[in-house]
Amino acid sequence: MLETVTKKEATVLFAGDSGDGIQLTGTQFTDTTALYGNDLNTFPNFPAEIRAPQGTLAGVSGFQIQFGSIDVFTPGDQCDVLVVMNAAALKTNLLLLKKGGIIIANTAGFDAKNLRLSKYEFNPLEDDFLSDYKVHSLDITKLTRNTLKESGSSLGQKEADRSKNMFVLGFIFWLFNRPLNNTIAFLETKFASKEGVKEANIGLLKAGYNFGETSETFSTQIEVKPARLKTGVYRNIQGNEAIAIGLIAAAKKSGLELFYGSYPITPASSLLHELSKHKNFGIKTFQAEDEIAAICSSIGASYGGALACTGSSGPGIALKGEALGLAMMLEIPLVIVNIQRGGPSTGLPTKTEQSDLLQAMFGRNGASPIPILAAASPSDCFQTAYDACKMALEHMTPVLLLSDGYIANGMEPWQFPTADSLKEIEHKIPKGPIEGNFLPYQRDKNLVRKWAIPGLKGYQHRIGGLEKEDLTGNVSYDPDNHEKMTEIRAQKINNIAHFLPNASIDSGHPNSKLAILGWGSTYGAIKTAVRDLNAEGIPAAHIHLKNLHPFPPNLKEVLEQYELVLVPEINDGQLIVLLKNKFDVVFEPLNKVKGLPFTSTEILRHVKTLNKALLC
Amino acid sequence: MLTTSNGETKRSGKDFATDQDVRWCPGCGDYSILKQVQSTLAETGLKNEDIVFISGIGCAARFPYYIESYGMHSIHGRAPAIATGLKISNPNLSIWVATGDGDCLSIGGNHLIHVLRRNPDLNIIMFNNEIYGLTKGQYSPTSPIGTISKSSPSGSLDTPFSPLKLCMGAEATFIARSMDRDPVHLRTTLLEANQHQGTSFVEVYQNCNVFNDGAFFQYSDKKSKADTTIILEQNQPLLFGEEKEKGIILDGFQPKVVHLGEAVGHADLWVHDAYDPVKASLITQYFDDPNNDLPKPFGIIFKKERPTYESLIIEQMNASKSAKGEEHLDALLSGENTWTVS
Repeated sequence: MLETVTKKEATVLFAGDSGDGIQLTGTQFTDTTALYGNDLNTFPNFPAEIRAPQGTLAGVSGFQIQFGSIDVFTPGDQCDVLVVMNAAALKTNLLLLKKGGIIIANTAGFDAKNLRLSKYEFNPLEDDFLSDYKVHSLDITKLTRNTLKESGSSLGQKEADRSKNMFVLGFIFWLFNRPLNNTIAFLETKFASKEGVKEANIGLLKAGYNFGETSETFSTQIEVKPARLKTGVYRNIQGNEAIAIGLIAAAKKSGLELFYGSYPITPASSLLHELSKHKNFGIKTFQAEDEIAAICSSIGASYGGALACTGSSGPGIALKGEALGLAMMLEIPLVIVNIQRGGPSTGLPTKTEQSDLLQAMFGRNGASPIPILAAASPSDCFQTAYDACKMALEHMTPVLLLSDGYIANGMEPWQFPTADSLKEIEHKIPKGPIEGNFLPYQRDKNLVRKWAIPGLKGYQHRIGGLEKEDLTGNVSYDPDNHEKMTEIRAQKINNIAHFLPNASIDSGHPNSKLAILGWGSTYGAIKTAVRDLNAEGIPAAHIHLKNLHPFPPNLKEVLEQYELVLVPEINDGQLIVLLKNKFDVVFEPLNKVKGLPFTSTEILRHVKTLNKALLC
Repeated sequence: MLTTSNGETKRSGKDFATDQDVRWCPGCGDYSILKQVQSTLAETGLKNEDIVFISGIGCAARFPYYIESYGMHSIHGRAPAIATGLKISNPNLSIWVATGDGDCLSIGGNHLIHVLRRNPDLNIIMFNNEIYGLTKGQYSPTSPIGTISKSSPSGSLDTPFSPLKLCMGAEATFIARSMDRDPVHLRTTLLEANQHQGTSFVEVYQNCNVFNDGAFFQYSDKKSKADTTIILEQNQPLLFGEEKEKGIILDGFQPKVVHLGEAVGHADLWVHDAYDPVKASLITQYFDDPNNDLPKPFGIIFKKERPTYESLIIEQMNASKSAKGEEHLDALLSGENTWTVS
């Protein structure tokens, strides 16, 4: 007898070898889930090696998705369903499974070799070891081979085994009672030119679904009803894709050509991939010989009148440091994207961290102020990239945009804007002929200079990294001038604060004594923790900073309302350094440096350890 | 600006001078190069506003301040990368890179080889004085082994680069050499460099009279010049000497000096062809090797027609536009899969 359990939210974690097609399986499940109408949030977690040794703990690739009929802000702290393609995947992820959760295990991945590689001294599937969970052991490899054999597929065994992820996906679709049509359409396009592969994959997807329906092992389906999202039109979006679209949108709205200079680096490369697909938008992408050439070519393009952007991750940003100082000194528009990863040095390339904030703030020689923005979620990457471009162009300054590996690869539904609704962007290229002598460092009331680009008659001028004389921009070693220019450059950036939205409470209790102040990708975890705290009757408010330099103009007043401001960060305490330097407020750090995002539970539990007087 | 008898205006080097005081050491070879560059610009007919000079760091890098055009005095070694980005963003500009042997071959060596293989339409003038001047006298990547300098009091150990050989290896499409003390040759070479569609690399021997005085005097001194230099001209035999009594023949792949006479005539000599990559390789391989007793070659060593980087970028962009059509921002924002919550 088939029964259906209804849940408000569910978390599924697909895990297997990095060659098992886990990311594709996860993405397909995500797309269908979105089209079904759930709110969702994903977290792909993969090893740095493209094909790490098969069956090893280091080679496990994971894709986690939380989806719900209620608002979902994180990929889920613990999962309800864990799909493991081998023993290593079980070992690495078992702690993430809720007690009583479902394990779907491919028994072919638990042979003697796999057990040895994953350092199990026994077979966890054949033991009481997993008695706290509902274990479904299936020989997915054999089921796949048999399915293909029966259908007379022409696929060789290696290719056949590679398609087993579609059997799994089909089965999970059945478990959550989801339609197959979206994935079938995807496979038809993906393998349009490979008839045999296409038929095999579609056949396996259906076989997996039918197996769920006919096999009597499974008596329960899980129902997660569509969410009541705000009405409107949605799509799924990944963080880096959203940045790319944000840059293109800003170029279109400002009437400029987009130039993107970059050197491949994890996890920023997908920005270059995405932008290079859209050449028909008049985008010029440039894969430079190194990180320095990537930013320098962008400086050249900006000097020439393009909306220029360069993207990288921490180690690359370190290499760009000197050129960043040049862009600051030249006072030209430039957007520098840092998709942060675990540091220091090469660190943890495929893992996430927020540890480049102080690098963004101080990582250059001399007094070299540059505005900093941080994106809070995959979809927020769009608006943040757009705002960074607007700021760079309107204030004639390089702007640093911080994202991280977590939201760069994570996915969520996005109620995308129309082109018309985007804010206008004005650039500072002079219109009309020159009157009198051109003074390259003459400024308007916001201390912003003109963007006189080569080709404009009468505006010829020379600029460079040497200190310049006020107004003329001529080289100057005058001591008073240097001090004055240092102050002007700092003031110019501080002036941007007047154009920023005020800081406000994102969610939570309006009159609490405790505020949780976050920045960047901790947004979802903090928001969920605050929601759950409030539900338990513990008052707390969530404030999220998007502008890290300069801060929003009212931040002092907002923070002074609280007795304690808790600052969770995926680093060893960086924003808190900046806050303590500026505000006379009691701040408490909450740090995690494991290459992984916060779970909302971690934040919630920490809050409960605070002085009870603060929590009423 | 000069006005000729028939009322036409003719521009002169002065039209490309700025109001800035030139601050090189008195007697520096840079003064001559500046003058020849300004005169060359006047001859090209280019408008001041369409010209950009980009430099890095070093004595040569002061160049942009002295040319009435757009200019950027950037950071050490990076001028080729900045110039590449600028050229891609605005292919209509005439972009010149002024650089030195340290800036171009040491700290900026990586950018040099990559700009050459990509071939954007730029003119790179590399002032080679075989020494670091601005940092006050350390040996450079072109200093001969054993150079006594502030950082090598016992003599430098590093084998120097032949810049021209490096350019051949980096797939350059225009490689030339000239000298500060030969203004006519320098102007002619720069004009040709400017006409070339692609990255032109011109090495200019430049005397640093403070830290490396006389490094190239043997090539300009009246007494030695005829025997130590050879001027390469397209389709002309390789001749040198006071009376052009000496020439170069190719003995297999080995260039050899011969005296013209009954045994060897003009017809036996190596004829210069800058379009011949084998000959150009032999010139850069043998003539710059101090162990070979061969004269120093000046002129256009190698030339090749190859599409410029920026033209290829535009080609791809146009191909994408005609294949996909001019995309609309709203289509990009929505992507292919949307759903409606009502």
